[in-house]
Amino acid sequence: MNAMPEAIASDAAVFSPAGDVVIDCNLSKVFYGDFLAVRNSSVPIEKGKITGFIGPSGCGKSTVLRSLNRMNDLIPIFRFEGHVKYHGQDIYGKKVDPVVVRRYIGMVFQQPNPFSMSIYDNVAFGLRLNRFKGDMDERVQRALERAAIWKEVKDKLKNSGLSLSGGQQQRLCIARAIATEPDVLLMDEPCSALDPIATRQIEELMLELKESYTVALVTHNMQQATRVADTTAFFGVDISQGGRTGYLVEMGVTRQIFEDPQEELTKQYVAGEFS
Amino acid sequence: MSEIDLTLLANKQTALPSLHRQFLEPRAMKSGFLTALTWTIAALGSIPLFSVIYMLIIQGGARLDFEALTALPPAGFEDGGGFGNALVGTLVMVGIGGVISIPVGILAAVYLAVLGPHSKLAKTARFVAKTLTGFPSILAGVFTYAILVITFGYSALAGGVSLAVLMLPTVVLAAEEAMRQVPQKMTDAAYGMGCTRTQVILKVVLPTALPGILTGVMLAVAGAAGESAPLLFTALFSNYYISELMEPTASLSILIYNFSAMPFDNQIELAWAASLVLVLIVLVFNILARLLGRPKY
Ligand SMILES: Nc1ncnc2c1ncn2[C@@H]1O[C@H](COP(=O)(O)OP(=O)(O)OP(=O)(O)O)[C@@H](O)[C@H]1O
Ligand SMILES: [Mg+2]
Repeated sequence: MNAMPEAIASDAAVFSPAGDVVIDCNLSKVFYGDFLAVRNSSVPIEKGKITGFIGPSGCGKSTVLRSLNRMNDLIPIFRFEGHVKYHGQDIYGKKVDPVVVRRYIGMVFQQPNPFSMSIYDNVAFGLRLNRFKGDMDERVQRALERAAIWKEVKDKLKNSGLSLSGGQQQRLCIARAIATEPDVLLMDEPCSALDPIATRQIEELMLELKESYTVALVTHNMQQATRVADTTAFFGVDISQGGRTGYLVEMGVTRQIFEDPQEELTKQYVAGEFS
Repeated sequence: MSEIDLTLLANKQTALPSLHRQFLEPRAMKSGFLTALTWTIAALGSIPLFSVIYMLIIQGGARLDFEALTALPPAGFEDGGGFGNALVGTLVMVGIGGVISIPVGILAAVYLAVLGPHSKLAKTARFVAKTLTGFPSILAGVFTYAILVITFGYSALAGGVSLAVLMLPTVVLAAEEAMRQVPQKMTDAAYGMGCTRTQVILKVVLPTALPGILTGVMLAVAGAAGESAPLLFTALFSNYYISELMEPTASLSILIYNFSAMPFDNQIELAWAASLVLVLIVLVFNILARLLGRPKY
């Protein structure tokens, strides 16, 4: 790694948020096999806030997000250098069980992925997994209500989760993820399959969720980032080394990123000059 | 102004293509010819199938009564009798075959589909299973003869084991295929909820794949019920009801084989009735496979 271009060298400016950091994520290199997918990205996730990840397709937003709860462990060729600390504990530490990490740090995926079970069982799945002993019906209903889908499914809780429309499935997946009340919720473009009304409902849900949880949100929709994210991380793609390596260009309070970006790349991106 | 519009419209209408079916067009004629051809061949192909079923019902139906289903096989010139012991023997041996091959097959499939799909062991096992599905069934009998019958003698257990050898590859391959069909995004979701690998397999992969697994199991069972070659070498035959697993045991397929070659009308009639029962057993398992194989969600 010699002679890095000026613009990239300056991205070392690390964002340090004012509040508590729940996940201190510092990825110096992320590889898929020999392919360097992401480098030099330090993305602190602040407690009780929504942290938005934006950037062009393929810049590694999902990769960074998935490394926050060790979902990347499922990809055998994944490898990284750096650290990810959750409340100060290194989640990639030798004694750490990734299964436990994922119970605290839940995830909603880009593609809706309900289980082939009834709607009720989908939402109850995580609760049963955690041997929840309380009023299951009430928790399921509350999760579905918060995910803005209760009214549509309350009369068919026994139907298959797969019988719902794509947008409904995604809201069901959100209900499933929040039913267990994880500490942090990772959302990878959760609204990409939704219509504008459902999208607004999910956004309201996110704003409500951050009262009690911490959310990290990948989005392609910049309006969405401005509407819900407190902090925004902008990733870019560096093609100077021959490959297509993603890296954190700039991170800051959302308003500042959109109104007063410090980096030329960010300026161009938020102005819609490249995709 | 309006006049011009009208003429334009008229022009357009004459230029519109006809959407009616043109029977004499070459494409339509070719299509019609091929459709007729496939119909004819399909009809020809089902003639043997329907004649077998017809014969079975006509010839076997006449003797299919309570006595035939429960009585012991008659001797030489005796009248009446039945194949109750053979029916029970077939069910017992298919049962043994299932008890061995279904759990082993499903566990092997879990390994092939989920735990180590790309390992050397998995590739070898998959190749062997595929080869074994085309394996002549008599070899399963010879194999079991060598490992069990030589030391322990002819028995229902040996018969069941030889059927298990035949059922195993079908169960493994069907179960593996069914588990592979479970979308990765579903297992990702389960891992994302904080499932261990065991939980992912037990709570998501197996339940989702269950209909496909059951279809494979039922097909294996139906196939085994009709086998006679492996039983010749392992269970042989008996004129009595089975009383323990380590003695020679009757089966429908062997009874049909024996009786159909006898010079007595009574035995030949019973062979027909037994064939009909065997076909009905296979039919019941196939229907069960369809019913259970229907996805629940
Ligand atoms: N499982 C994988 N194996 C190999 N390479 C991968 C894998 N997943 C992602 N990549 C590569 O890593 C890079 C970053 O991908 P990632 O999915 O993180 O991008 P993204 O920013 O989320 O894109 P999008 O906005 O299109 O979802 C891409 O070049 C991609 O090809
Ligand atoms: Mg992505």
